Amino acid sequence: MQLSRTAKFSLGAFAIVAMAGIYLPLLLVITNSFNATTSGAFPIQDWTTKWWVAAWHNEGVREALWTSIKVASIATVIALVLGTMISFALARYEFFGKHTVNLLVVLPIALPGIVTGVAFSNTFKHVFEPLGIGLGMLSVIVGHATFCVVMVFNNVQARLGRVNRGLEEAAMDMGANLFTTFSQVTFPAIRSALIAGGLLAFALSFDEIVVTTFTTAPGTETLPIWIFNNMSRPNQAPVVNVIAAVLIVFSMIPVYLSQKLTGDDRD
Amino acid sequence: MTGTRSQTLEPPEQSLQAQAAISLRGIEKSFGAFTAVRNLDLDIASGEFFSLLGPSGSGKTTVLRMIAGFERPTDGSIELGGEMVTDKAPFERKVNTVFQDYALFPHLNVAQNVEYGLKLRKVPRAQRQQMVNDALEMIRLPQVARRLPSQLSGGQRQRVALARALILKPQVLLLDEPLGALDKQLREQMQIELKQIQREVGITFVFVTHDQEEALSLSDRVAVFNDGRIDQVGSPADLYERPATRFVASFLGHTNLIEGDLARQLLGAPGPFSLRPEHVRVAPSARAANDQQASLTATVREVVYTGSCTRFVASTPSGADIIFQELNGASTQPPQRGAEVVLEFDRRHAVAI
Repeated sequence: MQLSRTAKFSLGAFAIVAMAGIYLPLLLVITNSFNATTSGAFPIQDWTTKWWVAAWHNEGVREALWTSIKVASIATVIALVLGTMISFALARYEFFGKHTVNLLVVLPIALPGIVTGVAFSNTFKHVFEPLGIGLGMLSVIVGHATFCVVMVFNNVQARLGRVNRGLEEAAMDMGANLFTTFSQVTFPAIRSALIAGGLLAFALSFDEIVVTTFTTAPGTETLPIWIFNNMSRPNQAPVVNVIAAVLIVFSMIPVYLSQKLTGDDRD
Repeated sequence: MTGTRSQTLEPPEQSLQAQAAISLRGIEKSFGAFTAVRNLDLDIASGEFFSLLGPSGSGKTTVLRMIAGFERPTDGSIELGGEMVTDKAPFERKVNTVFQDYALFPHLNVAQNVEYGLKLRKVPRAQRQQMVNDALEMIRLPQVARRLPSQLSGGQRQRVALARALILKPQVLLLDEPLGALDKQLREQMQIELKQIQREVGITFVFVTHDQEEALSLSDRVAVFNDGRIDQVGSPADLYERPATRFVASFLGHTNLIEGDLARQLLGAPGPFSLRPEHVRVAPSARAANDQQASLTATVREVVYTGSCTRFVASTPSGADIIFQELNGASTQPPQRGAEVVLEFDRRHAVAI
């Protein structure tokens, strides 16, 4: 489609304004992490790296980071296993209620986090706590897994729709059993979809705060919760900026990788 | 001594039965509410070039996929070389398939594709290499061994798919419209090659096609599929000259269906009869009908030139259409459009269906 010069210019300008609206505040967080004053006054008078050093040595941050990594990793593994199994069931077999199952699997990503949070909080408090399993790391992981599954499911299901089933049949025709066929033909074909889905699931879990707030217990503090709790404390605010800056960089990596992976073998 | 010998030379009826490469008994296959194959019995002899012919959706590919093991029949049983395989997986059956889209592994080169089944069977490396070389020699493509499937032409891919299946020396080779994706010239060349290879290796070929010409020219026997059933099984000549049903008559080549009053007038029975266009000719001169010949007057409505022959469509006074055909280059002047002609044919060529 040909655009007139004016249209091109105004669309370009609009895109720049929109991008600036998204990314300037992020840039501000990063520069503020080098701001010597604790008030975050702007423009910056004194530059410093002391907050970065402070963040590095902060016990609370380290513990919260470790908790976040554990939660995100386990939730991602659960999502990979369950998501892959569900996508195979839905892509390869016909059964009663198939479309309902599809909807029920995808729903958690659309459900407000607060609803998921309240639901899990109540379930754990009233059903599992009397059985000895109260709120804590486990409930956070289960809560996160509900939407992490969707990430893996969506990626793998889309890929399975494009995988040539004839290749699997050809392998079996030449004597490959079910396991060999899966490991030599099916798995290589869906591998990048699994990695992409897993990375997105990890990223989603890593910065989740709403469900976590409702399902966590004192002693289990993920990084976003730690940030939220420390933002309002004047002497911790600069450290929060540092953590946020680090998170910006780290969250870009999985998204970049997953885009690259799903784009790569599209043909 | 002599007695035993003559017994081995002339096997009793029972062992002839056991020689069937494939036996299908009472096969039914439904997909939900749709029935693809209904109550089908079929025996295919060892070493035969057997075609499953029919329009798309007639159930022929479904039958092939059930023999390969990709689909499980809803009812009935499948025997391969005397062994019951109805519930066995594809990798437990001694059949191999040439797929319609070839299904070559895109990330493996030609030699690796051909080698795949041998590797699974743990054939030693040196022997494997020798067999792959021989197979590529057989399809006359030794020079493409290191190329990826995407770098091959359609005809080359087809031949690689054939080599990949044949190298495993199956009891039966299943071919699912293997020439469907090729253009006409290449297809005809591949038909000849396929027939040659089948004769050389002596393996039973089961060939699915919707192309009646292809089925007639390649096969020892053909099963004609119509709406999930087999209408007729027979040699190409059987099917063409003695079609059992209206469907077989009209699906294989052109035919005239003669029925009702016209049939009574010409053949003394209401029919229907099938009469091939090449058996109808313009009577050389006004000649009275006799015991062998039937004749009728008609007006030529269409003249279709097809190269080796010309096809004419003529209408009888009662409105029935008769197609007839003449070889080109015959000395007589061919009839023109609008001409009134007297047509005649041998009564024995009209086959009751």
